[in-house]
Amino acid sequence: MAALVIAEHDNATVKGATLNTVTAAMQCGGDVHVLIAGANAAAAAQAASQIAGVAKVLHADAAYFEHGLAENIAAQVLALAKDYSHILFPATAAGKNVAPRVAAKLDVGQISDITKVDAADTFERPIYAGNAIATVQSLDAIKVITVRTTGFDPAAATGGSAAVETLTATADAGKSSFVGSEIAKNDRPELTAAKIIVSGGRAMGSSEKFNEVLTPLADKLGAALGASRAAVDAGYAPNDWQVGQTGKIVAPQLYIAAGISGAIQHLAGMKDSKVIVAINKDPEAPIFSVADYGLEADLFTAVPELVKALG
Amino acid sequence: MKILVPVKRVVDYNVKVRVKSDGTGVDIANVKMSMNPFDEIAVEEAVRLKEKGIVTEVIAVSCGVTQCQETLRTAMAIGADRAILVETSDELQPLTVAKLLKALVDKEQPGLVILGKQAIDDDCNQTGQMLAALADLPQATFASKVELAADSVSVTREVDGGAETLKLGLPAIITTDLRLNEPRYVTLPNIMKAKKKTLEVLKPSDLGVEMKAHLKTLKVSDPPKRSAGIKVPDVATLVSKLKNDAKVI
Repeated sequence: MAALVIAEHDNATVKGATLNTVTAAMQCGGDVHVLIAGANAAAAAQAASQIAGVAKVLHADAAYFEHGLAENIAAQVLALAKDYSHILFPATAAGKNVAPRVAAKLDVGQISDITKVDAADTFERPIYAGNAIATVQSLDAIKVITVRTTGFDPAAATGGSAAVETLTATADAGKSSFVGSEIAKNDRPELTAAKIIVSGGRAMGSSEKFNEVLTPLADKLGAALGASRAAVDAGYAPNDWQVGQTGKIVAPQLYIAAGISGAIQHLAGMKDSKVIVAINKDPEAPIFSVADYGLEADLFTAVPELVKALG
Repeated sequence: MKILVPVKRVVDYNVKVRVKSDGTGVDIANVKMSMNPFDEIAVEEAVRLKEKGIVTEVIAVSCGVTQCQETLRTAMAIGADRAILVETSDELQPLTVAKLLKALVDKEQPGLVILGKQAIDDDCNQTGQMLAALADLPQATFASKVELAADSVSVTREVDGGAETLKLGLPAIITTDLRLNEPRYVTLPNIMKAKKKTLEVLKPSDLGVEMKAHLKTLKVSDPPKRSAGIKVPDVATLVSKLKNDAKVI
């Protein structure tokens, strides 16, 4: 049997999270097909056909797919579901929104945030904010899965040559409508895909200080900016910068935590980073227990010094 | 309009759980239990909507063991009008909970169901979406703002990269994100009042729901430990370590 990956895309390009999901799908055995459900998304379908390891791209186009409404995307996936043993979504806001809806309609359980494929029906996933790893076996015929992208390497975006098959789009469910969006403008690397992340916590004190102190360091390193929940709740940084169990899960090469104490919630989002650096005044801060390099110092002097030292 | 608010009893978020040595699960004997934080936000939102006047009744629901009654009393102390416990000692997976809730939606006919976006024990983030699918209702997950009108609801959702706003016809299913509101503290007089409110106890069989496992947990283990790091004395040492030892910059 084959695996179906529900691509995350912006109608023109395929988002990085899709590539990690393709890798997980390949480990489930069988052919990997990718669904692009979008509006005028031929370019995204073309991009998906280039992904190494993809055997076929299914392209469904309709105006009401434009904003990824769960009711419409789920209906399109359900129309295809019976031909697949595995249906995989990236564990992003979009994937988590749709996957359980598909699973419930199929009357199967859903497996969230897998970090490892042990066998075609057995997967590992973190529970309790990453403080335990559960190995679970699916008892259902169709496995509906969301894939934690940091658990799998991305498939190569080029080198594939899959055929693109055009589908007849399923009808508009007409239960909900898109009103508008406010997407934060960001010319930095995307948080979940960045190689280096500079993250700030409550100790930053204000949004001005947050930007004034951390932006030069992020610029110097070509890094994405992140934040703890405390910093986001205090209004120092936008919501979508939040790293943690309830925010984004990241695993960069280098994670620099400045003024972050290291609550369980935050650690769950970043402890798979390759190298962790903690800069904190408090020698007892739990962040030091996961940091490879800890610097006990006032971040308002240490971070500018660090920028200077990086020359 | 009625609002139904499902709440879950979970290990308190401040507790650092320990994995049992036999690998069968985490040790939750004698551990402090509380209402799932996202569910507190859901109850708060429902009560605020009632205080604004469109909503007439807030019903809290929980599925699980007898002790979930405490969680329901907390919901009623926040302001829920009455509560329903679907009592079972069997392990409950999201799809089963969604089926139980679907039966209650059929019975109570709420205009809105507000759930937390995920429970902090199984970290699934499924139940709200599954309920929406089973009841064939529109969904708005990860809500940071809810504006209810008589025949529709506008919901601002937190998505990757920012926020988006959807409009749903009623009835509808909403799941809460952290920034929807700040739940109120429950006061002693309200705790006393909550003891007098109605708490109905049902069994899954009363709702005609079959208990079926879709996932089998084979084992639960500790996450891989990070090897102990070092403290560096100054910025210069830090930079040299990152450049020469870790080779990440």
